[in-house]
Amino acid sequence: MDVPVKKLKVATATLAGCFGCHMSFLDIDERLLELIKLVEFDRSPLTDIKHCGPCDIGIIEGGLCNAENVHVLQEFRLNCKTLIAIGACAINGGLPAQRNHLSLPLILEEVYHAQHGLIDGFIPNDPELPLPLDKVYPIHEVVKVDYFIPGCPPSGDAIWKVLTDLLAGREPELGHNLMHYD
Amino acid sequence: MDNTFTLDGKSIPYSEGQTIIQAAIAAGEYIPHLCFNPEFKPHGSCKLCTVKANGRQTASCTQQPQPGMVVESDTKELNDERRVLLQMLFVEGNHFCPSCEKSGNCQLQATAYELEMMSPHFDQFFPDRPVDATHSEYLLDFNRCILCSLCVRASRDVDGKNVFALSGRGIKSHLIVNAKSGNLVDTDFSGDDKAAHVCPVGVIIKKRVGFAIPIGRRTFDEHPISATPHPIVKGA
Repeated sequence: MDVPVKKLKVATATLAGCFGCHMSFLDIDERLLELIKLVEFDRSPLTDIKHCGPCDIGIIEGGLCNAENVHVLQEFRLNCKTLIAIGACAINGGLPAQRNHLSLPLILEEVYHAQHGLIDGFIPNDPELPLPLDKVYPIHEVVKVDYFIPGCPPSGDAIWKVLTDLLAGREPELGHNLMHYD
Repeated sequence: MDNTFTLDGKSIPYSEGQTIIQAAIAAGEYIPHLCFNPEFKPHGSCKLCTVKANGRQTASCTQQPQPGMVVESDTKELNDERRVLLQMLFVEGNHFCPSCEKSGNCQLQATAYELEMMSPHFDQFFPDRPVDATHSEYLLDFNRCILCSLCVRASRDVDGKNVFALSGRGIKSHLIVNAKSGNLVDTDFSGDDKAAHVCPVGVIIKKRVGFAIPIGRRTFDEHPISATPHPIVKGA
């Protein structure tokens, strides 16, 4: 691959996810060394930068379960030329969305109040805490998403394929071996 | 004229009474489909198998070919429409592949891989559909039902039992079982029934088998569905 003159800026974040997709991203192993010749990281758990500046590529893991998730997602969409949803949770809500058939008050009551063994339980109400959403939403229901990498998590090879396709200016394509929803 | 038609330019022979998809499968060709199963009478409901026959769209599982008919199937236009049908099926139910025992053996999932469905595109319905785990050997996870009616046809036409039926209309259509209680345990359903083994998705699930074959080594992990149009699904 030809090395671009200017490094592309990449930001990543996990919303309502388990960081599994980020772990899978690290599974590209020594190809990380090749990648950092081509890109530099802005906001990401890898850099600990807290806010996203103007970027070429934003990668979002996880769906939206609270107000803070929505703010982070909107910051990414505002700053990233290309936004990628990575993993089942970002794409269809995934495991956190398994709460969606229950009402939020019922869940909070069950977890913080009614469950056996809780003494003087109360629903946390510190103003610092982001408010939970009524349901867990996939990210494309709130902002426009340019590309999707399905999988729980997608393999390191799948992530590498999409990133290298994009960096080379090709339309990303996974093919049968890398395409998985599980 | 002889009894052949062309499918995407290839000559396909057919015999009297065969439908387009039956002749195509006999000739080793793949047309995407979900509610069609060669062992059962066509239902023509999922519309995944829609082709253009002499320029007109039609379900290839119900349409009989004519001599010299020009049939198009693997075109961008048709595959784009099929992908939208799949996306609507995915958002209408709760299809969480990572936690589904059928993942890797599921025809809905495999067809979505085949047609490169990268996202559900539409807003999720997140319907509330309780699981029926009353039967000792089998459970029914209605979250995954695509209303193909294969279990209905198998139970009625092969088992002679009428355990399953589709009830309601439009968006309220849903699968029911033949018991006053509404529970599978109160029907005469048995694991030996044909109906227990025809679900193309993960609704009718044998208990305590789950992940005997690990994810990654299942039927459609190994081969795309187009290379195995009527596979014997592992562990089904």
